[in-house]
This record gives sequence, C-alpha cells and structure tokens, in this order.
Amino acid sequence: MKKMSVFDRILLLATGLLAAYQVVEGVDGLTTPPLVSYSVAFGVLLVAGLLLIILGFEVLDSPLVVIVSTVIPLSLSLGLVWEYLTAWRIPYLLFAIVGFLAIVVTRLTKTGRLATFVLAAVHGVAGLIIFILPIALSVTEQAKPGFALVGVGGALIGVGGLLLSFLKAGKPILSRKTILKVLPGLLLLMTAAFVAGLALA
Amino acid sequence: MKTVLAKLRLYWPLTKSLQTGLLLSTGLTGFMSARCPVMHWMMLLALAGSLFLAISGSTVLNMWRDRDIDAKIKRTANRPIPSGRVSPNAALRLGLILSVLGVGWAMLLSPLYGLIVFAGLFLDVVVYTFWLKRRTPWAIVWGGVSGGMPILAGRALGIGQIDWIGILLALAVLLWIPTHIMTFSMRYHDDYRRAGIPTFPSVYGFQTTRVIIATSSLAAALAIGLAALGLGTAWGYLRLLVVLSGGLLALAIGSLARPSERVNFGLFKYASLYMLSTMLLLVMEAI
Repeated sequence: MKKMSVFDRILLLATGLLAAYQVVEGVDGLTTPPLVSYSVAFGVLLVAGLLLIILGFEVLDSPLVVIVSTVIPLSLSLGLVWEYLTAWRIPYLLFAIVGFLAIVVTRLTKTGRLATFVLAAVHGVAGLIIFILPIALSVTEQAKPGFALVGVGGALIGVGGLLLSFLKAGKPILSRKTILKVLPGLLLLMTAAFVAGLALA
Repeated sequence: MKTVLAKLRLYWPLTKSLQTGLLLSTGLTGFMSARCPVMHWMMLLALAGSLFLAISGSTVLNMWRDRDIDAKIKRTANRPIPSGRVSPNAALRLGLILSVLGVGWAMLLSPLYGLIVFAGLFLDVVVYTFWLKRRTPWAIVWGGVSGGMPILAGRALGIGQIDWIGILLALAVLLWIPTHIMTFSMRYHDDYRRAGIPTFPSVYGFQTTRVIIATSSLAAALAIGLAALGLGTAWGYLRLLVVLSGGLLALAIGSLARPSERVNFGLFKYASLYMLSTMLLLVMEAI
C-alpha cells in the first residue's frame, strides 16, 4: 500500500476545507431539500478527506468505502434534479433511496455480479446527471456559463469512481500505485470544480 | 541563551504540548464566544498565558506523580522523568511554580475566573491523578470535569458570570473526554494492565467500552450543538457542526459494529480533530 506523503495530506486537507466552505456557504436561494442534498454530499466529502488523512490509503480497503462513496454522487445529483428538473423530483428521490439501499444490501451480502451491476447502474445514472445536466443548462443558457464547472466535477468524480471501482473489483485500469498517486489531486480538482460551479450558477 | 534553550527543550515535553494546546484552545473559544470581535488583546493574551501556565503546571505535576507508571510502560519510559533526564524534584518544583503562577495570574484577572481555573487544577491533580486514577476507571469522569474547566473559565471571564451556555460547553468537553481517553486505553490496554491502572476496557470489557464511547460521543455532539444554538450560531456553521458530529458518530458506531484497531485509533484521532474543529468553528462564527 502506498504511504501517504505530506503533499497528499495537503491536497486532502485543501479538499476538506473547500468542502467545509461549501457546507457553510450553501447556495443562495435554495429550498431546504437541495440544500440538504448538497450539504450531505460535501459533508461526506469532508469527513472522507479527514479519514483518509487520519487512517491513510488503507481505509480504501474497507467494504464500507463503496457504500459511503455512493452517497456523494447520489446526493449531488438529487440536489441538481430537485433544483432543475422539477417534474422528476419524486421519481429521482425514490431512485436515490432505492439505489442506495440496493447498494448497501448487495455489498453487505456479497452477491458477486449483481452487486457490481447495481453499483454500476446507480453510479452511472447519478454520474451522468452530474456530468450532463449542468453543461446542458449552461449551453441552453438556463444557467450561467460557470455552472458548467459542476459538470466538469461530475466528469472527474466519474473518472475517480471508475478507477476505484475497477480497482476494488480486481481489474484495475491503472496500477494501484498510480491510482493512489492521482487520487488526492483528483478529489481536490473535483471539489474545486463543484464549489466554483455552484458559486457561479 | 544556549543554556536557556537547552533547559526549555528538556522541560518542554513535560507539558504535553498537544494536549495542553487543545485545552488552551477550548479556553480561548469560551472567551471569544462571549467577547468576539476581541477588542481587548491584552485580556486575551492574559487569558492564554494564565491558562497555559495552569494547564502546563497540572500536566507537569501529573507527570511527576505518574513517573513510576511511566517507567513501566515502553511508550512512556522515555519521558523526561523516568528516563532520568529531569530529576523528580526539579519536575515537582516546576509543576508547583507553573501552577501557582497560572492560578495567581488568573485570580488577578478575575476572582471567578481564577476560582474555576483553580477548580480545574485541583480536580485534575488532587482528585483525578492522586486520589482516583489508580483506584477506579471512573476516575476519568473527574478528569473530564477538570477538562471542561478551561472552556468554562474562558466563558466566565468573557461574560463575568457562569451561564448555561458555558456549562453546556464544559459538559460537551466532559462528554467528549471518554471518546478521547477510552479509545487510547483500548489501544494501550496491555500497557495499562501491566502498570496496574484500572481502565474501562480492563474492568468492563472492550464492547461495553465501545458502547460508552458511542453514547458519550452522541451526548457530546448534542451538548455542543445546543451550546452553538444558544450562541446564535448561523445555519451554515450549524450544518458544518452536524457534518463533523456525524463523522464522529459514524466512527463510534463503526467501531461498535466492526471493531478493529484501525477504526479505534481513527476514532481517537478524529475525536481530537473534532474538538479542535468545533472550537475553531465557534470562534469563526463569533468573529
């Protein structure tokens, strides 16, 4: 297991501070549900960053990591849907709840390919929403151009999720060492893109 | 000058600077929760100075008293007194001088503040260390009460009296102490047993200790949350407090559900970070 360097810790601390800033600042003009959704996403990001600093990369070996890391894209995408796709609020809320529970159950009962399929489906839908929706809204001028940065963050979270998922599935796209080397920087870039995108929305 | 620096390097470890710093930060937060933005920098410096002296003094006296225990434990055997780098008499003199200076300075600033600082020192040195630590694991309750005194003292200096917010803040520290101490005593369980110190894991078992840790973490988070509400903390900072408390609870529950040394040590470290973060958060909100 790669030992965490001081530089890695600084990057993770910066990620945590950015996430903490977003939790405190919130987003202007939001109703309670999307505000809670965003706060949950950035809150999990903050605590995950702190735990990585404290426990090192070994913490990624825990089966709970997959479950916890699902919360971030699901709650972020729920916030976006609630804010911009009002007709889909309740269906997507149901999808998020059922999807999360399905991941918890399949991960804890270890049902092999089904667990991987559920994870890929739920992550895939949430990730695509975070990637496509902000960019589409910006391009169609329903949101300010800067909001597209949230989509960039969505792309980065997708890359990070894929790298980690395949690594945990035993079929790594890149070597474990390389993934752990880029992970702190990826997390920081992703968080910075989300925070900047929400501020510029 | 070189001699002074050498002496400072020799005696500094006796003050357990990280622990002292954490307690000092709670005292400063207590004061700033009432007086921010701080206009009286001299008062703030006097608070920091007097608290630092009193906390360091009690820590040095603890080290002096526990030198026999420290000598039996590998982790602590290299501390200045058991290793022979500082003589017990010199440590005792230093501890007494620091304590008297700290409490004396505190009394000069405000009798109420001085009284609370004295109470903290008395509970820590006399009740916790001398009387109860070697007899019962419940000694940590008194260690906890003592640990809550700096924040209560700081708040009392800030507002001139003891109020319910100050008591809640002290209660939060008291309830946080089991998480801090018990995770540590689980990690170094064998050391404490060899030294003959009764701890919760050795008397009540690991699982009961984990239940107590989870319960006290929840209670500490509630106490600090109520205090933050009482201080009129803005929603943004309250959200952050909920997030940080959620992390503490998740780790405490994780330690219950899937016990491991890694999660236990993670909880120990996170608990320290949690206390420091919540103190910073309350200060930032007050500013």
